Amino acid sequence: MHEYSLMEGVVRQLRASASENGIKQISRVGLVVGKMTMAVPDPLQFAFEVFRQQDPLLKEDAVLEIREEPIMCECKDCHHSYEIMNYEFLCPSCSGANIKLVGGRDLYIDFYEGE
Amino acid sequence: MVRVRLATPMLQENDEVARENRTLFQERGIFVLNLMSSPGSGKTSTLERTIEQLPDGLRLAVIEGDIYTTRDAERIEARGVPVVQINTAGACHLDARMIKPTLDDFDLGAIDLLIVENVGNLVCPAEFDLGEDARAVVLSVTEGNDKPMKYPLIFRLARAALINKIDLLPYTDCDLAELERDMAMINPELKMFQVSARTGQGFEAWVAWLAEQTEKKKRGG
Repeated sequence: MHEYSLMEGVVRQLRASASENGIKQISRVGLVVGKMTMAVPDPLQFAFEVFRQQDPLLKEDAVLEIREEPIMCECKDCHHSYEIMNYEFLCPSCSGANIKLVGGRDLYIDFYEGE
Repeated sequence: MVRVRLATPMLQENDEVARENRTLFQERGIFVLNLMSSPGSGKTSTLERTIEQLPDGLRLAVIEGDIYTTRDAERIEARGVPVVQINTAGACHLDARMIKPTLDDFDLGAIDLLIVENVGNLVCPAEFDLGEDARAVVLSVTEGNDKPMKYPLIFRLARAALINKIDLLPYTDCDLAELERDMAMINPELKMFQVSARTGQGFEAWVAWLAEQTEKKKRGG
């Protein structure tokens, strides 16, 4: 359950930013989670709930919004761009293995809302 | 109601410390390997066998990551290798902030190669950069050949994979060809070694690779 440690970091960074911006309570948090990461939306929601219950920074009905990002690749040989399904890192256009991962590894706090 | 755009990486704190660790390793010319696997696949036995076969003069140190106990560290210490144990007390992975203070416990000027044995887990450690140069995954044939497709990230981000317990292959249903095909599909650049930490089979190639990487780093490559 490393999602708990991830969420711990998220809450710490939210606190720092909220205090800089004079925000006392947060009601909505948006995360972007790439599908080529080992962070899974359900455990993230669960961890968020745990923090929401114990941390006054988060409103008791605060919402966590997770936007999942597909795994996108680009073939370095034929420059074909495509979404990876089933982790098959071979170019569907030229069958080459010279693939660059261009999307799906993101794991970041996109925004938050509060007052 | 205010909306604040952040675009802050969730792992920012970890990645900052990982960068500091990496800079330190770079200055000292130390090659750092992050060794990962599920529990029981033979990371510590692999390390023991590696210690035995490393070329003379290549100076190794080890960081042992475990949730509890110092059993693995004791096994490494018994072989005369400097070792520091990190007990994560429940955490399922090592992170860069756990590594940093342990570096004070080593004489970094007297180390060429640092191997970090991560907590046994194919999921969580994959997400945490420690400041290493390369990652290696140990996968034993007794775990079955479906693991790379189930845990693709750890294989995608690794430079090397050790297929361990190869001496037991005839007694398992592991399809070695499929295993290697899946790993190559997930990561075409992955270097694969078929080994048995118990018999020593296959270790020559693995240790030669490791020594070559260490040498390269030392020369500033």
